[in-house]
Amino acid sequence: MGLLSFLKKPAPRLVSLPSGSLTVDRTGAVLASTLPSSFPNEMVNAIVQHVLWAFRGATEAQLPLAELVINYSSLKITARELRGGAMLFLNPKTSHAPGKK
Amino acid sequence: MTPEGQTTRHRILLVDDDPSLLELYRQIFAQLPSSPEILTANSGSRALAMLEAERFRLLICDLKMPKMDGLQVLSIVRRKYPELRTVALTAIPDEEFRSRVYSLGVDLFWHKPSTQQETEMFLECLESLLGQEVDNGFRGVQSKSLVDIVQLECLSQSSSVLRIANGSLSGKIWIQDGEVVDAEAGELAAEAAFLKILSWRAGTFETLPADPARQRAIFKSYNGLLLESAQAMDEARGEAANNGHTNGAPAAPLSPFAQMSQIEGVEFVLALKDGESGHEVARGLENPERMAAWTRQSLQHFHTLGDQLGAGRLEQIEGLGPQRNVTVAPRDAGLCVGWVHTVKPGEMRDRMKKALEVWDC
Repeated sequence: MGLLSFLKKPAPRLVSLPSGSLTVDRTGAVLASTLPSSFPNEMVNAIVQHVLWAFRGATEAQLPLAELVINYSSLKITARELRGGAMLFLNPKTSHAPGKK
Repeated sequence: MTPEGQTTRHRILLVDDDPSLLELYRQIFAQLPSSPEILTANSGSRALAMLEAERFRLLICDLKMPKMDGLQVLSIVRRKYPELRTVALTAIPDEEFRSRVYSLGVDLFWHKPSTQQETEMFLECLESLLGQEVDNGFRGVQSKSLVDIVQLECLSQSSSVLRIANGSLSGKIWIQDGEVVDAEAGELAAEAAFLKILSWRAGTFETLPADPARQRAIFKSYNGLLLESAQAMDEARGEAANNGHTNGAPAAPLSPFAQMSQIEGVEFVLALKDGESGHEVARGLENPERMAAWTRQSLQHFHTLGDQLGAGRLEQIEGLGPQRNVTVAPRDAGLCVGWVHTVKPGEMRDRMKKALEVWDC
């Protein structure tokens, strides 16, 4: 049984949207993070790169931004500019999350 | 391939990484009364390539797949092919994923059927989805008018919360033991919110679990409420028909663009056009080309990111800066509204809702 389970193909896993924050420097390197370790690094990098691009692009368009909020139907990403880097907050939205009164 | 002449035969694309399940479902779906053509794909990327090449009526997608999971596939499909009916199949009874699937605008979230009865119910739902017209009604489990949905819930003495979305607008109706007890839509509450929601002609709805703790704020019977909403809609139609015919000459209505630029705090409105560089600006903007390029690319970046994460529809991007604030919304090729920097984020959100209501009209 042990051998069989060793040979068994690992089942694909659905990735939950993470809740937490992270700080990155101007190169996109993660300095600190409270995101769950189960959340894939490539997805963290994708978030960071897109957000840093948006800050830089805005500056080039003469629209310097201190904060970006990206609202998806299931996730809210808040990013604060930090001397070329950024501090990011990720908050999943669910139907059963307590709403604002 | 579809034989020539059989133009009404619908096509279903079935996506699962397990070939034995694909074959099993192909056999099950062959029992559908409308005899659709069933094609299969064993990965998300293959499914996207097939959708690019051929026209389908319905996509049925497993959630757990390697490399590109079902949420990522559905996220891309909902954005690129909004007219395509979509079903998410899963073996995971998980509330988080159910919620995420519906927030993507998927028509149906279904646990993989394991009994004959479940299979029959599933086939009925699929047949219903295959037969639906795209343009009218509310997209939820079945395409019905909102009045039908409320009536069904009330007649069956159900307790539930209906969440209804219509473009940028959204609302909720609380039903307890077959009576409408409360509603909210934006700043409106109770009866006013109920009437507002029922005036929407199309959208999506989702049934959420009952909320028995909700305090009753509507005391009329559901029949009375529905009658009132029908009267209000008739009156609105009458007013619309009479509009512009008073004083002899019709008044020229302001364009949505002009109306948006008159909202308090708006510095500029920039609407992108399809193509690489087209745009239209209302009010002064000193560098429209750069702003248009940033808006276009930001939307591309964050659409891509949303697809990668399976985070659902990109609703909007807000930027706060020392000189001005902006809101970017994925309307048409892209819409960017600039605000004076003194407008606070909460106010900006409320005003953007109003701006999008104008734009969506």
